[in-house]
Amino acid sequence: MKLNNIELNFDNFAGEMVKLKSEKHFDYLVTIIGEDFGEEGLGCIYILENTQSHERCSTKVIAKQVGEDYVIPSVLKIWNAADLLEREVFDFLGIKFLGHPDMRRLFMRNDFAGYPLRKDFNMSPEANRFPTTDEPETDFTTEWNLDKHGNLVATRHRLFDEDDFVVNFGPNHPSMHGVLRLQAVLDGETVKHIYPHLGYIHRGMEKMMESMTYPQTLAMTDRLNYLCAMMHRHALVGVIEDGMGIELSERIQYIRTIMDELQRIDNHLLYLGTAAQDMGALTAFLYCMRDREHVLNVMEETTGGRLIQNYYRIGGLQDDIDPNFVENTKTLCKYLRPMIQEYMDVFGDNVITHNRFEGVGPMGLEDSINYALTGPAGRAAGWHNDVRKNHPYACYGQVNFKEITLDGADAMARYMVHINELYQSLDIIEQLIDNIPEGEFYIKQKPIIKVPEGQWYFSVEGGAGEFGVYLDSRGDKSPYRLKMRPMGLTLTGAFDRMLRGQKVADLVTAGATIDFVIPDLDR
Amino acid sequence: MFDFSIVTSFVDNLLRQTLGLGDFWTILIECVLVGLGILVGYALLAIVLIFMERKVCAYFQCRIGPMRVGPWGIFQVFADVLKMLIKEIFAIDKADLLLYYVAPFLVIIASVGTFSFLPWNKGMSVLDFNVGIFMITAISSIGVVGIFMAGWGSNNKYSVVSAMRGAVQMISYEMSLGLCLICAVILTGTMQMSGIVDAQTGPWKWLIFQSPTAIIAFLVFLVSGNAEANRGPFDLAEAESELTAGYHTEYSGMGFGFYYLAEYLNLFVISGLASAVFLGGWAPVNIGLDAFDHVMNLIPGIFWFLGKSFLVVWILMWVRWTFPRLRIDQILKLEWKYLMPLMLLVLILTTAWVALV
Repeated sequence: MKLNNIELNFDNFAGEMVKLKSEKHFDYLVTIIGEDFGEEGLGCIYILENTQSHERCSTKVIAKQVGEDYVIPSVLKIWNAADLLEREVFDFLGIKFLGHPDMRRLFMRNDFAGYPLRKDFNMSPEANRFPTTDEPETDFTTEWNLDKHGNLVATRHRLFDEDDFVVNFGPNHPSMHGVLRLQAVLDGETVKHIYPHLGYIHRGMEKMMESMTYPQTLAMTDRLNYLCAMMHRHALVGVIEDGMGIELSERIQYIRTIMDELQRIDNHLLYLGTAAQDMGALTAFLYCMRDREHVLNVMEETTGGRLIQNYYRIGGLQDDIDPNFVENTKTLCKYLRPMIQEYMDVFGDNVITHNRFEGVGPMGLEDSINYALTGPAGRAAGWHNDVRKNHPYACYGQVNFKEITLDGADAMARYMVHINELYQSLDIIEQLIDNIPEGEFYIKQKPIIKVPEGQWYFSVEGGAGEFGVYLDSRGDKSPYRLKMRPMGLTLTGAFDRMLRGQKVADLVTAGATIDFVIPDLDR
Repeated sequence: MFDFSIVTSFVDNLLRQTLGLGDFWTILIECVLVGLGILVGYALLAIVLIFMERKVCAYFQCRIGPMRVGPWGIFQVFADVLKMLIKEIFAIDKADLLLYYVAPFLVIIASVGTFSFLPWNKGMSVLDFNVGIFMITAISSIGVVGIFMAGWGSNNKYSVVSAMRGAVQMISYEMSLGLCLICAVILTGTMQMSGIVDAQTGPWKWLIFQSPTAIIAFLVFLVSGNAEANRGPFDLAEAESELTAGYHTEYSGMGFGFYYLAEYLNLFVISGLASAVFLGGWAPVNIGLDAFDHVMNLIPGIFWFLGKSFLVVWILMWVRWTFPRLRIDQILKLEWKYLMPLMLLVLILTTAWVALV
């Protein structure tokens, strides 16, 4: 999607954004992209979606300079999803969002100096020594506002009360699926608050990509959510191909669709396994891992990779499919169908599982949209948010499959969405696998790939939600700004809302069923 | 039937008459011998149980388990024990050192104490007196104190939450555990372990065949015993996906080893009690046919006891590797709203059964 930004300025921004939501029903905030536009200054692009017509629009606003600081009014009151998204922009670009109650850094350390995504950031190693001290922690957050004279004023908010029992879940914790740190304020067994801390595996991918050529940037995406390597790569090559206007052959589209779905099966199998493991049912975990092995074997024969797939490239695929791929995939589909029932027998239908999952982490339809709970988590609340249906890419427009939506809006519904999606993925693969057309697996590109000037956004349905890539090109051989919309960031942002008043054990349940992988949300 | 008292009286005679030792020395030597026997049996059983758990769980999970150390991996646990013995035991900053160091001993004392009550064979039980059942429940409660002290003394937030869970759960489930045992006491008319087993010898005399209420009591005993031993699906106190390792997070080396030992031996103690009280202990299978019964009686009682106990152990392992973990409120609901009232009812029914039948 080429972006045609609605240009707003500081003064009319807040009003126009409210209007977009209330009058035009743009109620889903896809992402906020903070960018250093060069001479224009710092600013943000907001991508919004109307959840009824699935129409998307984007608005652009340039931050107002107040002394040394840059400010934009916060949209947190309009879209709750903006909470972590705005903190991310503040962290990377130093834009202060007026009225946001929690303007702390999100990924970088609290004592990090400078804002890395600004173009004038000093990248020299001497200026960026590896810190050898502990990160200073504060019990306070700051809210910034403008007073009537136009000066910035800070208001301090307390995060913890004196007698709060604060327990850190993570960064190193068995059920955090990586290095996420959830700071939970407990009252006995009951959760009072959850503050997520991110950045323990932040690698600055977006910054790195700005100094890489387009083919080089591809290597990054597999290292995000390593269970959705194919989908991530798909989004990145998708946005570049969009920008360059490359027409892909049918064969490429077919293979990409099949590979995406295989990857989804891989992701969902691991999800079902780890969900069981976090509930203490190790047996169900190993059943899923056993079958995931078969999926990986099928992919490995073609791509050579099991975790890091490295298969798509700009203009097609790295190589043609393996001669046995079609046969193996068909065997796999036949094998997997009855196995899904087995996961239900061994774990999903268990009475304890039902007791543990039902009513846990409730998040209704309205909240799901407001907090941008995309993917299976949102579909469990009845939100039709499947990118494959709403904005079809590759072959998804041609195949028959159901978008699974349930209305339980709790952990059980999220689990069931995953189970049912496995069947849908198998359906998609079986529809395509026999009809892969002949043709080129790679459309030859120029040795140096350049994308014409413009801004594009391309999103795919990842395993845990919408994964999108925004590309701002200035006609160069490397991107001017490349921003990824991770699947897990908004899911993590919803944790506090989801778990307040629930039990500690529910924190693990909610984390297990919401399916986040930390390298994806830290980037 | 083989009566182990032949051996014990032989040793006693040997010391008193042949060697001519007085009361003091005789009893001292006998105590040392029995103590050694208990500890060796304890350690050996722990090794067997740990190996069994690893293999059983592996087969439930479509794996083959440890295979590298020794044939079929049988020396794996010995290697683990050796590793644990030579690991450093360290204290953590700001821990309450007294509580921290004493806690594992309390847990192991409770475990060895209840272990000593098991009737292994006719004439082969270490502690056996007229209020044995009461004594077992009393000694097993010491373990709760150990767990709570470990959680509190470790200066670790996970451990505190875990200690609260452990204490609340174990104290709750002791209710129905005790009620189950009292049902057995009513049916057999004695509180002495050997008496309870004696009452179950003979054709169709096992307690679960004597009264339908005993079957319910047996099942409830398994559930609450599982909870008492802190094993899945009741392993909330450890809950590795929530509280890393719970109350023993901060222990290393043999400090941790004691908890590990106690966990497996508690499993065996619960199974042993279940088989002794409800499945006839060392009483062989007798069905009323003389020839058959005679053959069965030739098998020494200790094999019957171990066989029955390991069967129960296997059932508990099956449960553990099948069910997901419960949540704290669900565990308490199960006990206080269902099991405890049910057992009170069963207690009344048992009394009526004994009075009427």
